[in-house]
This record gives sequence, structure tokens and C-alpha cells, in this order.
Amino acid sequence: MNAPAPKEAVIKMYAARPDIHPREVKGTFATLRRVCVWLTQLLFYGLPWLSMHGRQAVLFDLGARKFHLFGLVLWPQDFIYLAGLLIISAYGLFLVTAVAGRVWCGYACPQTVYTEIFLWIERRIEGDRSARIRLDRQPWSLEKLGKRGGKHLAWGTVALWTGFTFVGYFTPIRTLAEAALHMTLGPWEAFWVVFYGLATYGNAGWLREQVCKYMCPYARFQSAMFDRDTLIVSYDTARGEPRGAARAALAGGKDGAGVKGDCIDCSLCVQVCPVGIDIRNGLQYECIGCAACVDACSGVMDKVGKPRGLIRYATENALAQGWDAWRIGSRIARPRTIGYGLVFVLMAVGMSTALLRRTPLKLDVIRDRGSMGREVEDGRIENVYRLQLMNTAERPHWFRITVKGIDSAAVVDDALVEMAGASARAVPVRVRVDRAAVVTGSNRLSFTATAVEDPALSVTEQAVFIVPR
Amino acid sequence: MSDFTSGFWNWYVALITVLGIAGCAILLWTQSRHRVRLDEHGQPEQTTGHVWDEDLTELNTPMPRWWMGLFYLTIAFAVGYLVLYPGLGSYAGRLGWESTGAYKQELAKANADYGPLFAQYLRHDLKEVAADPQAHAIGERLFLTYCAQCHGSDARGNKGYPNLTDNDWLYGGDPSVIKETIMKGRNGQMPPMGAALGSDTDVENVAHYVLSLSNAPADPIKVAFGKSKFAACAACHGADAHGNPMLGAPNLTDKTWLYGGSPETVMETIRKGRNNTMPAWGEFLGEAKVHVLAAYVWSLSNAPVAQYTPAHEVAAK
Repeated sequence: MNAPAPKEAVIKMYAARPDIHPREVKGTFATLRRVCVWLTQLLFYGLPWLSMHGRQAVLFDLGARKFHLFGLVLWPQDFIYLAGLLIISAYGLFLVTAVAGRVWCGYACPQTVYTEIFLWIERRIEGDRSARIRLDRQPWSLEKLGKRGGKHLAWGTVALWTGFTFVGYFTPIRTLAEAALHMTLGPWEAFWVVFYGLATYGNAGWLREQVCKYMCPYARFQSAMFDRDTLIVSYDTARGEPRGAARAALAGGKDGAGVKGDCIDCSLCVQVCPVGIDIRNGLQYECIGCAACVDACSGVMDKVGKPRGLIRYATENALAQGWDAWRIGSRIARPRTIGYGLVFVLMAVGMSTALLRRTPLKLDVIRDRGSMGREVEDGRIENVYRLQLMNTAERPHWFRITVKGIDSAAVVDDALVEMAGASARAVPVRVRVDRAAVVTGSNRLSFTATAVEDPALSVTEQAVFIVPR
Repeated sequence: MSDFTSGFWNWYVALITVLGIAGCAILLWTQSRHRVRLDEHGQPEQTTGHVWDEDLTELNTPMPRWWMGLFYLTIAFAVGYLVLYPGLGSYAGRLGWESTGAYKQELAKANADYGPLFAQYLRHDLKEVAADPQAHAIGERLFLTYCAQCHGSDARGNKGYPNLTDNDWLYGGDPSVIKETIMKGRNGQMPPMGAALGSDTDVENVAHYVLSLSNAPADPIKVAFGKSKFAACAACHGADAHGNPMLGAPNLTDKTWLYGGSPETVMETIRKGRNNTMPAWGEFLGEAKVHVLAAYVWSLSNAPVAQYTPAHEVAAK
């Protein structure tokens, strides 16, 4: 008798990543993405080289805790503006996603942009999709070694340059370049150049779509912003199915089953997909909305003489009800997008007003803790304060310190403080009051620092005057 | 070092740690593969094998393999870390790392980095350093950090803590003496004189005599009686009551009072004595910082007139 066939088998819960070799694609959206790559990367690589007022225009000086943004100097106390910027960015992203899906992912996200750059290098050295697949299957030879080595060398160069530029935002890039040329980089500078470089190399060269699929939280939660009026890259099933080879379709079907749909099943849309999915299966979480399949399909439709748009940007509602672009556009303004837009505009206006109107002067009053207060000549009471002054503007100022809130209160000695541009200083200040003007215990008073030549530049801080028993 | 007196808790913690790591490894190993039924085509079902509500199964969408590799990497990291660093019970780790050692290393590095900044001033006379604006700014910051707690941010002192801006000095106002005061500290002792002087009346008389020396209001009769008893004080304060900087005994003929110049306070000082300590900063701050500080303190009561020669010019000489 035969042994009974096994009824069970062992499957793996982890699998090797299938190789994805996206085919090069030409078309409107590919051009648009290329423009985005150029814009973002010119900005990223070029910005640190700009100079202004004799220093780097954009420099995040962590050591000095000063963040230079062109004419603006931000201090750790200004961190609230970063929070504001993040909120504005988040709502901007929500709004864009609700209207047009994952366009950020498809065109401007650094992961997409660097993958695009690395893919471009790969194509120049190893050739397009089919050549790369062939190279994969080839046994190791001098030619394969040369191509692979050349590719990784080129990737490594771009990655290191990226790492170098990144560090150039935190330490002056010109001195950094000099140090790099003379091989005298500091250990931390070298570490971050290599680390950021390795991250770029790993993410754009090796991990690619896996970053979007397994690591990126935004990729996963933006489905919450989608609705039936969100633009998504979609395959027009009604028009395309049943799919089949063009010739068979023209002949009325090889099996004589009737006229086929517009999809000729050339699989180009699958071949160009950077995340390796088939868009004809409908909206999938892997889709980054890059529209490479739209470009590919449009090219094919042109060739077979059918109208474009078998794969196109459309909304679920538009697909179901056959809406035109005008009808889709009329659905852009809906409660969800109006809400996102409102918060976005409010935050943007609020934050830029706050930023423009902020006083470039900060004052902190710290009463001396060692003493309660002392009695001086004529029975007056004296308290000592340490004023922590911060001139956050770039030009130097003279500041006058005045006190208010208690009759007869006056600052002893010279109440003028000289402050260099973008500097902080602790100034000891003595304040005297008449005994009759205050009660035993604590009395409220306020300190004001005012620029001598610009009375509008002024900041006031509350403090306490203590009269000992 | 363990804070526990018994070795039990060390073993307890170590065991939990080891079991935890081993548990993670076992869990990872057993959960990375799964036994499933074959479907009607003889192919394994691509489900996780979990079934809910009789027929609801979970599709197996495998994670990438490198992801599992990362998990194994964390286990390798944990083992490596526990071998090299302290973490497993009271085991100290192969590297011998400890937090105090790390602190000392950082301190040594900071001293090596910033030491030259302070050391450049050591080559200069204190009065020269006092004239240098940069040294003055550094001195001010040092003062606000280390001295202001007692002497006040404005250096004008408190009860029991001398005013440093009035050019009245207990131990002498020469910059080198100020530096010595900061380096080695001072211990000012005024012994309780109540018993030595006699009765409370004697103490009151001496107090009035002392007050009269600085022309403060005093009872002439008590002053006369007190003068005869002042011999007991003269050993330190001198027969003319001008004080003795060698002992830190204050001048009693001026209007500067460390603890207050009211008759009651002076009597309390005489009766109970005073004990005053300025801590030694030499070891903590190092001579170079103290040098800058001394110059700053001196400049508070003296207008520096000497010209400061920048360090590189001194080196050129």
C-alpha cells in the first residue's frame, strides 16, 4: 500500500524580498517627477553653499544653539516655531493627500527622490529592466563585476556627497570641505557623513520600496485621509476588462468569445512599477501614487490607437459614475478638505505673524537666592537680581534696564547694558526701594529692558521684591 | 558594585535577564515558521493557521527576511552588551566601564579642551588680567557660577559673607592675597568672649566701646568701662583696633560690619563668637580659573589701569 500523502506542510512567515527592476518610463508624470528631483536636490545640495552677512545663510549651529535661517536667528527658546512648522506641514500634507492621494510619496518624498536618482545611475551602468534581469542571472564574470562595482561606486559617491551636504547644514560647509580634502574631519563629523551616507545608500540602493511598505508610518496612516473623492492612480476596469492580446481582440477573440476590453495585457504597467504591484488589482497600500503605470499605459494606448486614460488619476466616485475632470474638480471642496485647509491657513498665518512680530530680545529675571534682601543707607531696602538677557537679533544694542510696580523703586548704578549681536549675557542688577513703599514679604515689580536707540524693541518680565522681617 | 547585602537579588535579576533574552530567541524561532494544512491541490495553505469564528483565517503576508534578521541582531546585541558592560546582576562587564570613570574622562577632556583658554592668563600678572575685557567677561561668568550663591550676583555680600566691592579686606586686598583666599579658602574664627570678659554688663560695655571706634552712637560711660576690658580683644584686633590681616581679624574702626553694626548684633558677636568659612576652590577649579577669578574680584574695587598684552605677544617675547 502507498504511504498516505502528507496532510501538512511548513510555511515560512518571513520571505526573501522579490527583486524589483522597474523599467524606465517616459511621459508627463515621469517628467514631473524628474523636475521635482531636480528642484529638491538643487535646494538640498546648494543651500549650504549660500553665504549671507559673512556667514553661511542656513546653518544649524548646535554647539552655539543658534539656528541661522537667512536673516533669521532662531534660538532653543524659539522651538515653538518648529512645532508650528511641523503642524503646518502635517496639515498641508493632509490636505494634499485628501485631494490628490499620495502625491508627496510619488514625487517629493526623499525616499522616492533618492531612489529615482539611484535608479537613474543603475540604468546608465547596468542598462534597463531586461538587461538588469539578465545580469542578475549571469554567473559572475569580469563584466558583471565591473558593472556591479561601478554601480556601487557611483551610488557610494552620491551617498557620501549627500552625507557631506547633510553635515554641512550643522557645521560650516566650506571649512568642512577643506577638512574633508585634507582628511582632517573630526570624529563626529566623519561619523555623521558616513552614517547619513550609508543610510542614503542603504535606503535608496537596497531597501527602496520596503521603506514605504514596512517602515514609513505616514504611508500606513494616510489611508485615513482618503475618501471616495480622493484622486488615486486607478485602472478603469469597466473599460479594460476582459483583458487580452491586441491581435486577439481585433480578431474578435482567439477563442471567439467576443470583443475584448481595451487592456492588451502587455504588463508594462507592472514592469514600470517601483513597488512591484499590479495596479489592475485595484488600490493597494503599497501604491505610492507615482503614476509610472499611467505614463506606461498612455504610451501603449497611443501605439494601439486607443484613447489614453485606461490607467489614470481618478476618484472612486468618478470611476463608478463616469465623471469628467470638471465633475471631479467640483468635489475638491468638501468638508474634509475645507477643514484641513482651514487649519492649514490659520496655522500658517498665525505662525508667520508670530514669527514676524516676535521681539528679538529675551529677558529672564532670577532673584538672588542667597539673600532675602538687605538694608542699605537711609533705611532703603535692596534686592539683587540676575538678569539673563538675550539679544537674538544680529545687530548689537545698548539696553536700558528699568523697574516698575513699586513707588520709589530704582535700579542702582548704571542701568545700561551693552549686548553684541546674537549673544546672551547675565547682568547683576540691584534695585532699591523706600521702606515705606513696600510691605514685609513679597512685593510685585517688573523689569523692562529697552533698546536705547529703538524704544520699540522692549521686553518686560515679572519679578518679586522681598523685604525681610 | 551591588547595593544589595545578599547575592540573591543579583542572581534573580541575572536569571530574569537571561531567560528574557532566551525567550525572545525561542519565540522568534518558533514563530518564523508555521505548520499548515494542505489544500485540495496538495499546496500548503498560505494562512497563519489562526481560525476565528469557525472559518475566518488570516492570510500569511510574509515580512521581509531582513526584518527577522534585525530581531536576531538585537539578541546578538543584547548578549554582546551584557558581556562587555555591567548589566547582568553584579557582573561588571569585560570592559570595566563605570559611570564615574566616564565622568572623569569627560572632565579630563573638557579640561584639555578649555584648559588652554584659562591657562593663557596664568602667564600674566593679575592686574594685567584684570584689565583684559575678555578675561573680565570670563571672570564674571565664573563668579556668577561659583561665588554668587554666598557673595551675591553683585558681589556685595550678605550677612556673614563679605562685600567684595568696597575695598575693605579681612585678609588684605592685594590681588595675590585674593587669589590665595580663593585657592586655599579661609577659616575665620572669633572665639566666644563672653566668659573671658565677665558679666553681660562687661560685654555690653565692650560693645559700646567698639561702636564708639567708628563714631557710632554709644553711651560714654559704657565706652569708658569697655575700653579697660578691650585688652582681651587686642590680641587679635590690635591695641588700636585696626585689625590684623594675618588672622583675618577685622578692622573695628570702620563702618563695615560683616554681621551688622547694631549694639545687639555686636554684643551677640562678642558673647558667642563667630565662625566663618570660605571654602578652598583651588582643587576644584584649578589655578588657572582661580587666577581669572581673583583678577575679576580685585577689579570690582579697583580700576584696572595696567595694559593687557595679548597672550601671543607674550609668547613672542
